[in-house]
Amino acid sequence: MTIKEIFDSMEYGPAPESASEALAWIASHGGRFGCFIDGAFTEPGETFATSNPATGEALAEVTQATQGDVDRAVAAARAAQPGWTGLGGHGRARVLYAIARLLQRQSRLFAVLETLDNGKPIRESRDIDIPLAQRHFYHHAGYAELMETELPGRAPLGVCGQVIPWNFPLLMLAWKVAPALAMGNTVVLKPAEYTSLTALLLADLCRQAGVPKGVVNIVTGDGAVGEMVVAAPVEKVAFTGSTAVGRRIREATAGTGKALTLELGGKSPYIVFEDADLDSAVEGLVDAIWFNQGQVCCAGSRLLVQEGVADTFHRKLRARMATLRIGDPLDKVIDIGAIVDPVQLATITRLVEASTEGERYVAPCPIPAKGSFYPPTLITGLSPASPLMQEEIFGPVLVGTTFRTPAEAVELANNTRYGLAATVWSENVNLALDIAPKLAAGVVWINGTNMFDAAAPFGGVRESGFGREGGWEGLAAYTRPAATPGAALNPVEPFTGEGQPLDALDRTHKLYIGGKQARPDGGYSRAVWGPSGALLGHASLANRKDLRNAVEAANAARSWGRTTGHARAQILYFLAENLSARAEEFARRIDGLTGQGGAEEVEASLRTLFRWAAWADKVDGRAAGAPFRGVALAMREPVGTIGVLCDDRAPLLGLVAAMAPAIAMGNRTVLVASEPYPLAATDFYQVLETSDVPGGVVNILTGSHKELAPVLASHLDIDAVWSFSSQPLARVIEAGSAGNLKRTWVETRARDWTRPDDRAFIDAATEVKTVWIPYGEG
Amino acid sequence: MQIDRAQTLAPAALHEPRNPGLPLDLDWVRRVQANTSAIERRAATLPGRRSVKKDWQAAWLCRAISVIDLTTLSGDDTEGRVRRLCAKARQPVSPEILETLGMTGLTVGAVCVYHDMVPAAVAALRGTDLPVAAVSTGFPAGLSPFHLRIQEIRESVAAGAREIDIVISRRHVLTGNWQALYDEMREMREACGEAHVKAILATGELGTLRNVARASLVCMMGGADFIKTSTGKESVNATLPVTLTMIRAIRDYHDATGIRVGYKPAGGISKAKDALNHLALVKDELGDRWLRPDLLRFGASSLLGDIERQLEHHVTGAYSASWRHALA
Repeated sequence: MTIKEIFDSMEYGPAPESASEALAWIASHGGRFGCFIDGAFTEPGETFATSNPATGEALAEVTQATQGDVDRAVAAARAAQPGWTGLGGHGRARVLYAIARLLQRQSRLFAVLETLDNGKPIRESRDIDIPLAQRHFYHHAGYAELMETELPGRAPLGVCGQVIPWNFPLLMLAWKVAPALAMGNTVVLKPAEYTSLTALLLADLCRQAGVPKGVVNIVTGDGAVGEMVVAAPVEKVAFTGSTAVGRRIREATAGTGKALTLELGGKSPYIVFEDADLDSAVEGLVDAIWFNQGQVCCAGSRLLVQEGVADTFHRKLRARMATLRIGDPLDKVIDIGAIVDPVQLATITRLVEASTEGERYVAPCPIPAKGSFYPPTLITGLSPASPLMQEEIFGPVLVGTTFRTPAEAVELANNTRYGLAATVWSENVNLALDIAPKLAAGVVWINGTNMFDAAAPFGGVRESGFGREGGWEGLAAYTRPAATPGAALNPVEPFTGEGQPLDALDRTHKLYIGGKQARPDGGYSRAVWGPSGALLGHASLANRKDLRNAVEAANAARSWGRTTGHARAQILYFLAENLSARAEEFARRIDGLTGQGGAEEVEASLRTLFRWAAWADKVDGRAAGAPFRGVALAMREPVGTIGVLCDDRAPLLGLVAAMAPAIAMGNRTVLVASEPYPLAATDFYQVLETSDVPGGVVNILTGSHKELAPVLASHLDIDAVWSFSSQPLARVIEAGSAGNLKRTWVETRARDWTRPDDRAFIDAATEVKTVWIPYGEG
Repeated sequence: MQIDRAQTLAPAALHEPRNPGLPLDLDWVRRVQANTSAIERRAATLPGRRSVKKDWQAAWLCRAISVIDLTTLSGDDTEGRVRRLCAKARQPVSPEILETLGMTGLTVGAVCVYHDMVPAAVAALRGTDLPVAAVSTGFPAGLSPFHLRIQEIRESVAAGAREIDIVISRRHVLTGNWQALYDEMREMREACGEAHVKAILATGELGTLRNVARASLVCMMGGADFIKTSTGKESVNATLPVTLTMIRAIRDYHDATGIRVGYKPAGGISKAKDALNHLALVKDELGDRWLRPDLLRFGASSLLGDIERQLEHHVTGAYSASWRHALA
């Protein structure tokens, strides 16, 4: 083409980034890679090809790690861990800083290698992935430096097994490795089989950054290797990937005592209100669903547009789609690169072709004849029932519908099993800031999308997983309390007896559901005997239906989460007041049940109520210092409905100490009372009734922990389960929770309830929601 | 080939129907939104998304030249200075370089001067198709008596200016007096007669991008043929966010009326790279049709020098020096 012809046509020409340095690095390893274990590359074993999805050509051979490789990697990490922790925060900060600097100096090599291996446009790997990865190491060098003074009482977990996806290979590595290393852990990381190369390059670079041998180990291979890492003797498993695999990992780690964080799939809503800057909202979608070919867990993939502007918005959107450029990812003028693998391409195609609903618009962008490409696609006019509105497509396919009111927008947005991210476009600050807290999502972007930073926590709710990455909040996922844990919790057996009833008049101890005393559905009760064999009364035996009713009552009391902290504090103080008025009666009851310590337990319960009344209006969240003009608010929200199996040992304190933090933070509770000593809990109903606790906020059941635990754990409308039961229930609860991936906290140690452990309860009783609010006018 | 060149290289060869304007639609004006952060993000990522290399870069830079309103707006302008500028407008790049590029005959889009310099410019450009644009209406502040501003337009037209760059009363925007802005625009358009009118918004003085978007729309409703960012005298002139805001307004106006209004960023585009970024943004947001001199102008004085150096580099492979290129 002559210059004159281009002058007339004004086309974009080719602007290729050279692949030669990246290919030279691969060649320098002979085109074959072993694993990186104990500071050195192993000899390549059985290998598989990793390919450039834009061309289908093989780039290198990568080793399928064996069980022996994983064992050696874990052993190396184990051996290196004390030394790494012992290096101290400042020593680790220097190493993390060196990694960040090296990443920066080699940024183009990383970017090109990432694009070759993954198929993402060079613009994204160069301007987004690699800079964010650098930023993560810089930022966490700071946390390492500050750990000793700012996180007193926290210790590293030990060896962390980490399994990461192929959509942001280096960035997800940074999100996993940087916090783990900063807090003094060592890691065994498995990159995705499609995209191992940048992890291996980073391993290469770790040696230059002075990372001690064994601190970072990389094992490559497919899902089987991932399973080996999950099953290995590690203290922590961290996974980013699909919800299906996350669920399997939850089941596999159940009862093992391994800490677990999961960052899973999403079907994130992208809400456009009629007063939005529509052109900017259209452009936002380019960053939401056509970023990284839509292969983004938090992609704004579900478009919800207010009816009055829907036609205009869709017209503008289609026009914008037509100017997207799809093709060679190494070309600097490409917006959309290749789908990571033909297998993924086939999945996207199958999902889209299976649907005949709605209006489909496929952007008229020329598509390369060779390679794994999918055109930008918009499907409007779908109903929430359409599978495309519910299932994660993980490709450049946007689906949508319309809404009429803000309330309907929230309802549609939350009509999903996922809860990773959400985007809201409106020029009305009242509207935007009202909607953000109502969305079931771990991250909300207002008038923007897909904003990330090391200082701002990221993670999901519901089946998008649990745990946060980034910020101070993310560090909790890589530390544990430094204090030596208490003795193992041993099962507490109820007393038996044959004595006479103590009460002068027979009393019926029912269940407490929705603010009312209810008879057990099954019509069974159990005799409760004192230590000396006296008959103290009969406790109802709740069954699965009673539990179902209690959960329904709890979920009907949702508005509790919207009351002010001040109002919740008032009620907690009122509870203390009314308990205090009956202190002697409760002390006698406890003495009767357990034979000891009644007065002390009542006193400790009163202190606990005061303590959580104090906290109710003091969990503030924070504004994260993300480098942009705006605020990123890391807000603490209630988890929702929490089911608790209370401590068997302390009939009143065990109940109060779990209930108080939960309701102080705005949660509703279903409490299963101490199984051997249930009658203090049943006496407590009257205290609840006289203290203005709204019906449904606290529900109390009595009965068998072993029988109720699996029902609680598998209930899909409970958001968290805590167990302080003396029964060994960790496995059943953690495995059962995989259904809706609810948060679980199973205590296997004898907790001293008189020693405050507030931070643990605040963390368990709240979810961190990060709300990004860019601002500026002018 | 001769005909082809005449169509594509001569500035005024394509003719859009002029913008007749619309009745003032205040509902529409108030509906207009412009989210500053989002607009800035789009503008900030554009240079990373779009670049042109090699022959494409040379061709795009020639395109940039073809839409330049080569400008001198200084208190010390003289007829001699204006004649020199006009000579540069006719031959913006050395004939040898243009020959090598196959772009012989390339000119800038127009010459832009103060009213008093119009006759000199018209005389100097005689025999070409290059129009003379005059900044009228009490440029740059636009605060002289209204009747004098209107009279200035008429005199500039009478003196041979085929394009009139008017300045709007910023106070009408800042006080939300859209009716007054509309009426002013209407009257000025009327006074221009057959001459095309470019409305200078002085975006650096409008406070917000939202105001820029609304003022753009009102001026188009008032019949502006072009909307233009700046006088070049404000402290902030044509920026990518402002360009994005204004061209989106032009797009909305086109969607509603079918009328294409032109766009002129002015001031601040002094490097070849700035010009390429603006071309890419206009191409992606408005479409290729707006990349012609009848719908796009760059108000610039020093831009041409940088482009000349880039073009020589393209031809020779060696980096150039400014003194190798003829002064304006």
